[in-house]
Amino acid sequence: MKKIVAFKNIVISIAILIGIWQLAYTCSNYSDALFPSPYQSLLALGEMIRNGSLFENIKTSMYRFVTGYVTSVTVAVILGLILGRLPAVFQYVNPAVQLLRPISPTAWMPFIVLLFGIGDIPAIVIIFIAAFFPVFLSTVSAVASVDPIYFKVARSFGIRQPQLTWKVILPAAFPQIASGIHLAIGTSWIFLVAGEMVGAQSGLGYQIIDARNNIRADILLATIVVIGVIGIILDGLLKLAENKIMKAWGGQ
Amino acid sequence: MAYIEVKNACKKYIQNGSETIVLDDVSLDIEKGEFICLLGPSGCGKSTLLNALAGFETVNSGSVKIDGNEVKEPSEKNITIFQNYGLLPWRNVLKNVELGLESKKIPKEERQKIAEEYIELVGLKGFEKRHPRQLSGGQQQRVAIARGLAVDPDIIFMDEPFGALDAITRMKLQDDILKISREQKKTIIFVTHDIEEAVFLADRIVIMMANPGRIKSIVKVPLGNYRNRTSRNFLYVRDKIFELFNLKTEEYIEYVI
Repeated sequence: MKKIVAFKNIVISIAILIGIWQLAYTCSNYSDALFPSPYQSLLALGEMIRNGSLFENIKTSMYRFVTGYVTSVTVAVILGLILGRLPAVFQYVNPAVQLLRPISPTAWMPFIVLLFGIGDIPAIVIIFIAAFFPVFLSTVSAVASVDPIYFKVARSFGIRQPQLTWKVILPAAFPQIASGIHLAIGTSWIFLVAGEMVGAQSGLGYQIIDARNNIRADILLATIVVIGVIGIILDGLLKLAENKIMKAWGGQ
Repeated sequence: MAYIEVKNACKKYIQNGSETIVLDDVSLDIEKGEFICLLGPSGCGKSTLLNALAGFETVNSGSVKIDGNEVKEPSEKNITIFQNYGLLPWRNVLKNVELGLESKKIPKEERQKIAEEYIELVGLKGFEKRHPRQLSGGQQQRVAIARGLAVDPDIIFMDEPFGALDAITRMKLQDDILKISREQKKTIIFVTHDIEEAVFLADRIVIMMANPGRIKSIVKVPLGNYRNRTSRNFLYVRDKIFELFNLKTEEYIEYVI
């Protein structure tokens, strides 16, 4: 019942969004080439599916995204686990992190393109940067705030590194780390498109640029919708995985 | 030489420039198999003394020896039961009890068998798959006790283990720990501020005082192995300890729970 209601809400919400789009289309005087209707975009979507460019681009983008995101999360969690236990070292790392963190990952883009050229790497690097800071910082703070009683218990039972990290610190810190990982998936998906618009000749981001160059606003808008839908799916999948682990973690 | 030997132990903290003496020249001998209660008001250093024995803290001067060896860090041969249980919330009861066995190279099935045995001993059979948050405070402390006993320790340190429980649950657990301690013949050092609890459990009660933290006297409890909270002898010993805390003559009942 709850699921049906939730589904109904989603349908209504999206219908309203498309309704506004249609209304804006009907009321404005732009040519169809510049501002297409939802239906025209749907046709463009069909065209992209038929000629295979859509799946080709999704495949390329997903490869970059998964590579960048997974590497970033892995590195950030490992570094966070280490530095969370070493506050004396982290106090020297933290100012540098705080300096780098507010820099938009896109700002690195020209530099990365100069170094690595156009292709997969700029997009992967930008995703890496986008995901790194939320995951790293949430891991450090999660590890630093692990209840000291767990360390006492571990010492009492002779649990030492690396077991201590694996059996005690990581699970104790997991809920907070998970919230960082969750936050990061949204941000890095956003920056994937930015990365591909500047530093790539393929992928969903590039398709937007390509559509603009060919004055195909219908393809452009269809791509935007696809990007949004994939974003929702990624978030949903992560939530699913998170719930599963949380359930094993403590059976709330 | 005694099994556990504390000699002239001193411990002080310096906080905001002022010095607090938590342990002032404390000496204490404990024999193997004894049930010792460290009893006193807050600030008397009973938990500090326990932490020094368990190896979580070191004293500034004097010595703390177990079996002839200076205590420098927690030993795997001894375990500590904490007031807030210290169960790992992401592990179920069975896995929590297995925790201490995992660092001991015991095969998996054997580990599970031992864990189940001790879960049954503390009366939690059927709860193996539950998680800590699904248990009451008393049940959680039972899990912690089973986890401690499962590694077959020489000494069990208990730091106000029943302090967070309601009166009835506490008495129930006191009954159980008394029974377990007599059956398993472990050396137990038990910190409490509850006089009745100390009289009910201990072979000897170490009475401590605050400012500075020190041992006032050590009282033997000649009540045998199985005790009755309402017997005349029990009340007599309890009265004696009330006297030691000057609680009897004055109408000063702050520490009587």
